[in-house]
Amino acid sequence: MKEQLYQYLLMLGDNAMILGHRLSELCGHGPSLETDIALTNLSLDLFGQVRNYFQYAAEVKGEIGGATDTEVTEDSIAMTRYPHEYRNTLLVEQPNKDFAFVITRQFFFDAYHLPLLEALKQSKDEQIAAIAHKSIKEVQYHLRFSSEWVKRLGDGTAESHDRMQTAVDYLYPYIGELVQETPIEKAMKEEGIGADLSVVRSQYYDKVKAVLKEATLSTPQFFGFHDGGKKGVHSEHHSHILSTLQYMQRTYPNMEW
Amino acid sequence: MSTKNWPLWEVFIRSKSGLEHRHVGSLHAADAKMAMENARDVYTRRQEGVSIWVVPSSAITASNPEHSGELFEPAQDKAYRHPTFYDLPNELKHI
Repeated sequence: MKEQLYQYLLMLGDNAMILGHRLSELCGHGPSLETDIALTNLSLDLFGQVRNYFQYAAEVKGEIGGATDTEVTEDSIAMTRYPHEYRNTLLVEQPNKDFAFVITRQFFFDAYHLPLLEALKQSKDEQIAAIAHKSIKEVQYHLRFSSEWVKRLGDGTAESHDRMQTAVDYLYPYIGELVQETPIEKAMKEEGIGADLSVVRSQYYDKVKAVLKEATLSTPQFFGFHDGGKKGVHSEHHSHILSTLQYMQRTYPNMEW
Repeated sequence: MSTKNWPLWEVFIRSKSGLEHRHVGSLHAADAKMAMENARDVYTRRQEGVSIWVVPSSAITASNPEHSGELFEPAQDKAYRHPTFYDLPNELKHI
């Protein structure tokens, strides 16, 4: 049970951490000063949430104990796991190809993140409920920001529309994984700790379809989806992210600053 | 790529209830709604305010610097117009 809770916390934290890192790559490179700051704010919000999840995960891991010779902390969880131990979805590791990709990826995640947190507010686990409660205001803003941009770019110029449709077509096959229930999520749902993804799923697809329609973008007719991230099987982009993220801790173990 | 800029907006922030909105700066945005979100991101990330106004810069009519002589100098030698001859209670902070 504790091990499943630990893995569930990694799922929650890893999505925020990898997406937060992708956004941080744009710091100083945003298309305008205003959007640069906005995207960096989103990144900082997400990293704040990551800290909450990983501090709790470290506590849970400590209770499990076992064959680790070093202390488990939020930093060791964030920085020293191997790629297959990360449980983020494939969507959030997709690269910042252009602003349309950044916004579409953000919208596809935010539209899932908000109903997920609404469900987690009801969690029997008080820590998770408290983190959800705290994060929800941030994520309401994230969703407003990203969905407004989807509408403006989709219903903007011919070029912005085409770029958005390209991004939507490319990223849409990754969204099924967000609401796909894995055995860990099923176990947590049955314990009353995790979210019921079938509830999240219907709200999610309704929101995605409504915003894409308003943005004059077509919803791809795609029935399968790419998955694996939640089980630790990632795309080629993931290792590149980790090699950047983990460089300092791998090169100078236990360094602090 | 288009080199056309978004319109400029002036941003006013009320730092707390009861105080007036103050001009804090300007930014670019495609429309009023985005100007509001940009203002929130650019100017209130350190808890600077409880309310935001955004106004299109083009809606502001500014005084001409060349006319500053006739506009402002006549007030310089009329010290009797200043409320400096009253004792203000210390509790009054925002006068």
